[in-house]
Amino acid sequence: MTRNSSWLKTARIILAALMFAAVTILFLDFTGLVHVWLGWTAKIQFLPALLALNFGIVIVMLIVTAVLGRIYCSVVCPMGIMQDIIAWFSTRSKKKRQKYHYTKAKNILRYIVLGVFAVLMTAGLNSIAILIAPYSAYGRIAQNLFAPVYRAGNNLLAYIAERMDSYAFYPTEIWIRSLSTFILSLITIAVIGVLAWRGGRTWCNTICPVGTLLGFISKHALFKPVIDKDKCVHCHACEKRCKASCIDSEHQTIDASRCVACMNCISNCHIGAIQYKMTWFNKKTWFKNRSEQSDENKSHECPDSSANEASQTNTESAEVSTARRGFILSLPAFALSSVAAAQDKLTDGGMAVLKPRQQPDRGEFSLVPAGSGSYRNLTTRCTGCQLCVANCPNGVLRPASSLRHLMQPEMGFDKGFCRPECTRCSEVCPTGAIQRVSPAEKSSIQIGHAVWEKSICLSSSEGTKCGNCARHCPNGAIEMIEIDGPNGEKVEVPSIDDGRCIGCGACEYVCPVRPISAIHVVGHEVHTEI
Amino acid sequence: MSEEQYNRRDFLKIAGTVTAATAVTLAGCSGKERFSRGGTMELPTGEMTYRTAKNGDRISLLGYGMMRLPTTNNKSALELDDEIDQEMVNSLVDEALKYGVNYFDTSPAYCKGRSEASLGIALKRHPRDKYYIATKLSNFAESTWSREESIKIYEKSFKDLQVDVIDYMLLHGIGMGEDGMKVFNSRYIDNGILDFLLEERKKGKIRNLGFSYHGDIAVFDHALSMDVDWDFVQIQLNYVDWKHAKEVNTRNTNAEYLYGELEKRNIPAIIMEPLLGGRLARIDNRKALNKLKAADPEATPAIWAMRYAGNPSGVLTVLSGMTFREHLRENLRTYSPLKPLSAQELDLLEDVAQTMLSYKTIPCNTCQYCMPCPYGLDIPSIFVHYNKCINEEKYITDETDKNYIQARREFLIGYDRTVPRLRQADHCIGCNKCSPHCPQRIDIPGEMKKIDRFVEMLKRQGGTTTV
Repeated sequence: MTRNSSWLKTARIILAALMFAAVTILFLDFTGLVHVWLGWTAKIQFLPALLALNFGIVIVMLIVTAVLGRIYCSVVCPMGIMQDIIAWFSTRSKKKRQKYHYTKAKNILRYIVLGVFAVLMTAGLNSIAILIAPYSAYGRIAQNLFAPVYRAGNNLLAYIAERMDSYAFYPTEIWIRSLSTFILSLITIAVIGVLAWRGGRTWCNTICPVGTLLGFISKHALFKPVIDKDKCVHCHACEKRCKASCIDSEHQTIDASRCVACMNCISNCHIGAIQYKMTWFNKKTWFKNRSEQSDENKSHECPDSSANEASQTNTESAEVSTARRGFILSLPAFALSSVAAAQDKLTDGGMAVLKPRQQPDRGEFSLVPAGSGSYRNLTTRCTGCQLCVANCPNGVLRPASSLRHLMQPEMGFDKGFCRPECTRCSEVCPTGAIQRVSPAEKSSIQIGHAVWEKSICLSSSEGTKCGNCARHCPNGAIEMIEIDGPNGEKVEVPSIDDGRCIGCGACEYVCPVRPISAIHVVGHEVHTEI
Repeated sequence: MSEEQYNRRDFLKIAGTVTAATAVTLAGCSGKERFSRGGTMELPTGEMTYRTAKNGDRISLLGYGMMRLPTTNNKSALELDDEIDQEMVNSLVDEALKYGVNYFDTSPAYCKGRSEASLGIALKRHPRDKYYIATKLSNFAESTWSREESIKIYEKSFKDLQVDVIDYMLLHGIGMGEDGMKVFNSRYIDNGILDFLLEERKKGKIRNLGFSYHGDIAVFDHALSMDVDWDFVQIQLNYVDWKHAKEVNTRNTNAEYLYGELEKRNIPAIIMEPLLGGRLARIDNRKALNKLKAADPEATPAIWAMRYAGNPSGVLTVLSGMTFREHLRENLRTYSPLKPLSAQELDLLEDVAQTMLSYKTIPCNTCQYCMPCPYGLDIPSIFVHYNKCINEEKYITDETDKNYIQARREFLIGYDRTVPRLRQADHCIGCNKCSPHCPQRIDIPGEMKKIDRFVEMLKRQGGTTTV
């Protein structure tokens, strides 16, 4: 029996390790090669599959849970596996391997959190709700904290490769795409880290909405660990090693709604008194468990620290973003004078200083990628996992800072533009917030349109012949035409065909005017085909 | 100044004067430009070839160009803000003088305006009759075209160089600019600066007056036809420009013509760009290089090019910007004394020139005259990368070519490695502020558009995978 049980635990650990590595590498890889093979690991995540209306996966996951218990939480969910890793280090470092003890389920809190989560999601207030969505919270951690380390390692290899005249590695830029999302991911890992270090799966069994939902089913799962009361010698070894704190060894019961089927208890029971076995036809255990659940504790207003802190940060970042917008709006005045700084050459050499780009006002509906369908579709289905952001090869996607769609992707053209041949975000998105499009389809999806700023454009304001926007428009939506300039002379200005413009941002990216481009893209609420 | 810098300098000094092994290692560290062959060989004393100027000055065939002075960062100061390594400049100048070099060429525009002062410091330490100083009236910027501003530049040269007399004064780069003739008139004729300089020559403040020429041939012809007794003229001459300047760029003129015109009038020629901005010192094209090596496996390409430039008897001196001691020593050996080229050798160099030209590179020699681009482009680096790919046959437009995928990857990765994204060709707006400054008369915006189109095509064919 014991041999069989330890096999279960080993299998769980191997599967979990593979899954964790696979999901994590999705966020680290920037070459676009990995998602072809491992993209499915993001798509089988429960909440994304639900939002993508991918009912096949949802039903499979529910059936698996009904049969085997919450093994989803142990081998599929990267957030769960990360907590296991933290908890494992915790037991190592404390040099006492038996540290957990049974706690009663905080069911009221769990149900309230799940309920509020569901209400917020259906009401379209995702940006708050997704703070506790397990997979996407992990994604934010991976993208904001792990990816920079991975990329730094890559850049070191690229540096070496360059000196060896090899093209095996190429450098990639490391940058914080949004300060608010970066800080939120720091807070998330801090909160989760502390909880996991101290109490194992506390978060999964009190806050996580997916955990609570699956708990309803796993409570009645076909297979679950069961204590053989006749064999049990009350040594409490199982309870002390249960990171879900769901084994009450005093009463010899296991709360299956919180059990994540990690199999640790089974391999720890020296006398083989715990077995992972079929329960539906064992009436005794069945009823025992049911009555157990009914007298769970009532109170415990455990302050939901993560949610509180998070929402506080939201408000702050919203203030920052309005302040910045005000600043940005005041910029065009300065822009004019700074453009004219094309220096008179006195000596040779040197490099002109490039002012960093400022994001323009993109209108009420910020710019979201082709495949989103509409601003509404993106904001209601996106869980802010950052997979698209991590994969965008053009430096265009970054998490939004505005409270309305905090952490969800929006576009900026300071590092590149949305290249016509690239559809990577649409390929990787697991929730259907960005639906798959082909390059051909993308070239006819209008996500926004370009707006020209006469007062700062080089051509109209100082008569410099430029036309860089027209030269780079992949859809031929811009042509240069001659109009009368301020002093009666002829100047060339862009004539934009709104009907052809798809909002790719090529014009904005190559515009020489800084810090704000003289031509910028404004987002549309609903994406249309042209 | 940090201790580390001192240490490094000490190291350089020692390394520069001792064994071959050290010298070779040093050349390897300090850049890929040129290697010193046979570092153990004694430098020949008193064997330098000299030519005689109109006024009887005996000028060393090797002239020291002060455009690329060494910095404390062990690089050339041409485009960098790094501090000029004055101690190194002094030491190089000392060595050059010791082995017979007596012509030093500078300009108020070189090294971001720091070259004259640096040369002044180095030469002040030697008797004034041991060297000749050449500098220029570099009133390129429109703001300096007025008589007053131009004279200010002229007078500052005396102050910076710490001398009362300038031996060789040049009108700098006539023929440059979009309308070469107009610019020439504005810079030197309409404001009376040429007359002023002629007057100064009469007074003895200037001992020789000449001009350096790049670009519009009409200005060259016009200057020679003027009623001015030019003491010398500085032209670009090397084995590529002799017959193929037009192939490199249609607006250029063959050195054969330029030199011929000077010879007709008995005007001594001073040669610039003998190495075509380094492109003849480090020949990227393997086939061309191998032809030279087959003829003499031990000679470096620079030796060939320097011999070529010094070969015509009407050449007074050949200017070389020797940033590193290895460059100086190699050139000293080449000209101590000059070994004239045989007819066979001249044919070989013509053949090498043709081979090099069969690869359609952009004739940029990274002189940085075009910089800074007001819109932030790194023009020379873009061309460096492009030329490297042409020479290494990585510029492939045919998708069905069996090397296409690898060549594409290397082109794109190499492009990002060489030039930051925001300084790449797609940000060129075509303002054309750069081209008039280009001594090679490259149509810079045109080339930028060409490269941009090529890169865009490569990227489009990549699909979702970046490279």
